[in-house]
Amino acid sequence: MTGIQATQDRVATVSIGSRLLGLLRRRETSILAAFLIMVIATAAVSPIFVFSPDGWRNLLLNPAIYMVLAIGVAFVIITRSVDLSVGSTMGLTAFGVGSLYIAWPGMPAVVAFLVGTAFGGLLGLLNGGLVAVAKVPGMVITLGTMYVFRGANILWAGSTRINASQMGPDFLAFGNAQILGIPALTILAVVVLVIAAWYLHNIRSGRELYAIGSAPEAAELYGLPVRQRMLMSFVMSGAMAGLAGVMFAARYGTIASNAGTGYELQAIGAAVIGGVAITGGSGTVIGAAFGAILLATINSALPVLGIQSFWQRAVVGALILGAIILDRVLAVRQKRKLIAERMEP
Amino acid sequence: MQSKDAIPVLELKGVSKSFGAVVALRNADLTLHAGSIHAVVGENGAGKSTLVKIMAGLYQRDTGTFEMDGHPVSFRTTAEAKAAGVAVIYQEPTLFPDLSVTENVFMGRQPTGRFGRIDKAAMRAEVVELMTRLGVRIDPDRITQGLSIADQQIIEIAKAISLDARVLIMDEPTAALSGVEVDRLFAVARSLRDEGRALMFISHRFDEVFALCDTVTVMRDGTYIDTVPTAETNVPAMVRMMVGRDVNELFPKIDVPIGEAVLEVSGLTSPGLFADISFNVRAGEIVALAGLVGAGRSEVARAVFGVDGYTEGHVRLNGVALPKGKPAAAMKAGIGFVPEDRRQQGLVLEAAIATNITDAIRDRLVSNAVITRKAENAAAQEWARALEVKAASLDTQAGTLSGGNQQKVVLAKWLATRPKLLIIDEPTRGIDVGTKSEVHRRMSELAGEGLAILMISSELPEVLGMADRVLVMHEGRLTAELSRAEATPESVMFAATHSPEEVPA
Repeated sequence: MTGIQATQDRVATVSIGSRLLGLLRRRETSILAAFLIMVIATAAVSPIFVFSPDGWRNLLLNPAIYMVLAIGVAFVIITRSVDLSVGSTMGLTAFGVGSLYIAWPGMPAVVAFLVGTAFGGLLGLLNGGLVAVAKVPGMVITLGTMYVFRGANILWAGSTRINASQMGPDFLAFGNAQILGIPALTILAVVVLVIAAWYLHNIRSGRELYAIGSAPEAAELYGLPVRQRMLMSFVMSGAMAGLAGVMFAARYGTIASNAGTGYELQAIGAAVIGGVAITGGSGTVIGAAFGAILLATINSALPVLGIQSFWQRAVVGALILGAIILDRVLAVRQKRKLIAERMEP
Repeated sequence: MQSKDAIPVLELKGVSKSFGAVVALRNADLTLHAGSIHAVVGENGAGKSTLVKIMAGLYQRDTGTFEMDGHPVSFRTTAEAKAAGVAVIYQEPTLFPDLSVTENVFMGRQPTGRFGRIDKAAMRAEVVELMTRLGVRIDPDRITQGLSIADQQIIEIAKAISLDARVLIMDEPTAALSGVEVDRLFAVARSLRDEGRALMFISHRFDEVFALCDTVTVMRDGTYIDTVPTAETNVPAMVRMMVGRDVNELFPKIDVPIGEAVLEVSGLTSPGLFADISFNVRAGEIVALAGLVGAGRSEVARAVFGVDGYTEGHVRLNGVALPKGKPAAAMKAGIGFVPEDRRQQGLVLEAAIATNITDAIRDRLVSNAVITRKAENAAAQEWARALEVKAASLDTQAGTLSGGNQQKVVLAKWLATRPKLLIIDEPTRGIDVGTKSEVHRRMSELAGEGLAILMISSELPEVLGMADRVLVMHEGRLTAELSRAEATPESVMFAATHSPEEVPA
């Protein structure tokens, strides 16, 4: 909660010491610490997890898709809604891009990215439109579209797969490219993150998303364009899922009808772990992205540590529960502290 | 105050508003001048809030004219009203709890620089200046969660000033404030008046109206009554205008012998809600709990029935102490509770009448672990007939009934439990006039059969017409206990608007 206004407030006259303390208290810091512990522990058992070209590459590359998804979902959760359809949107977009390559083998990679993102945004528009018009909670609408999009994907793909040989070489090359030792897809995710974080922090419509999530009735009384903003947040979520779908296609080169299944819960989990309150109004996309990095790293580290996949899920679950309980405890403590301050004259 | 011929900042003439068949506001006039503080007073349901919502752009008027600076206006949204310079401060401030004070003041209209980037420094500087001007100290960077209602109102006022609102409407702003906070609010209000803004102030407290306002408009039952300068009126005259109607109409109260005390409440206290409440209700007696909305009447009733807890005091039914916070125990001991909001709390709207009536006696109808439709109908039939519920059959959905018939179903539900004490919160709210007297007749008959009734009502005629005794609450305390003979509109209204020290015992 304190994350939003604690960041780089140029005018605030706070000492460096209290700033440092504020930084230490932030969710992002604790996630980073958990991430480092995870990486160090795993590297101690198996050094190639970090200290090998492949290990290094995977460490940086694995979180990229989750990051993009979590950023998109965070936009919706901040407005006190939720988008369950991002996994299906991602799968459908990935298959769509693959099919487009079959129809147009010479398609430039840039076009693939733009078309995929736009297509995802269109599916998001459908979600947002249904939520705004039907006035049904986003969870119900997107639960429906999650199955509809997946069903459409299965109907379209059947049992066929799209293989690397059917997609553009420059596209696949981008999916595996590294710039200064950093995977291109990771750089893309970070660029998206910086833009999204800047937007939510500095632009009116971005701040209005927080306002809507914080107190929907007040937002109406303020005369904020609540419907448009809700629609926009779903378009953003869909577009990010679309982008993630293109990234998926570029990275793996093989797309079946089940691509992206279960990613929606990973993305929501990442956002929640990263401090985006499911009750809306607080949290940052940076936190959500950090949550995604932690989740992705856990997913790849636990097998290295020799922990069964059954336990991996349990760990993820425990993290989500822990994050929610932590949020709740912090919120109650803060409320009590604020009220106590008020009582003292 | 400005001369009468100056063009008013805001003027409403002959404004009416209906919701379906219910007329919420009838032919209202209101004229707000620059540099003036205008009070609007009236009982609950007099139409004050409807008036405010029309000016705020939340409701559209059905008839009449609405002018600002002599030009006709019509607001369809709150944003339009705001743009025209009308700011409303509601009783419960509507802020964004997760956002900072600064962001709350500027939400939706933040100053922006290059690339549409919000100029946070300019925003913060202006809030600091506003707070200095208002003479208050609130950290502009803190989130608004946890701020007192008084501070939240100051933020709302800061918002209005930064909008350069020319009309400031305050809907019962002092209801939740302490004495010091009221003084601070009044100082701010006076300085805004002196800046040449028009203020409108809704309050139930006459002392505040006389201390702050120069003009007062009285409303009653959705109708405009009169506008007078406060210098030319006094409290009794205002009370007369507020309640001035024939209160002897259509209350078929039967005189019945009054028995032993059924309910005894002593020293009931719940911090922040009510304190030191002691009273009793005897068999065959109807006791009204009167007072303004927010005085704590419903809270006392909920505590007696055990829905909410309390920190001190006792509740006894026929001499036996009831455990606190246990509605099931209260029901078993013989208390029935008809809540104010029957659609939400009193009925299962989707269920049949028979199911609703037998809801509270379920366990009695069980035979061999099943409840048969037959047993349900038989039990329901008795009470539906006794109360003359008008419906096609007992299978009719409760939600399709009229308000009066719904209320009868709720009554039937509780009577089926054969209670010794019935608590009824706002027995006739939202019920049309014809059915009202029928509900009143039923209540009177029930008392005649020896039932003790505790009735909460905001309608003075109902209180005066039905009650054997009237208890009046003001801000969580009992301020008067009046016999039927002592209870007059003036005496009840006076006790409802004054603290215990000011009300002669």
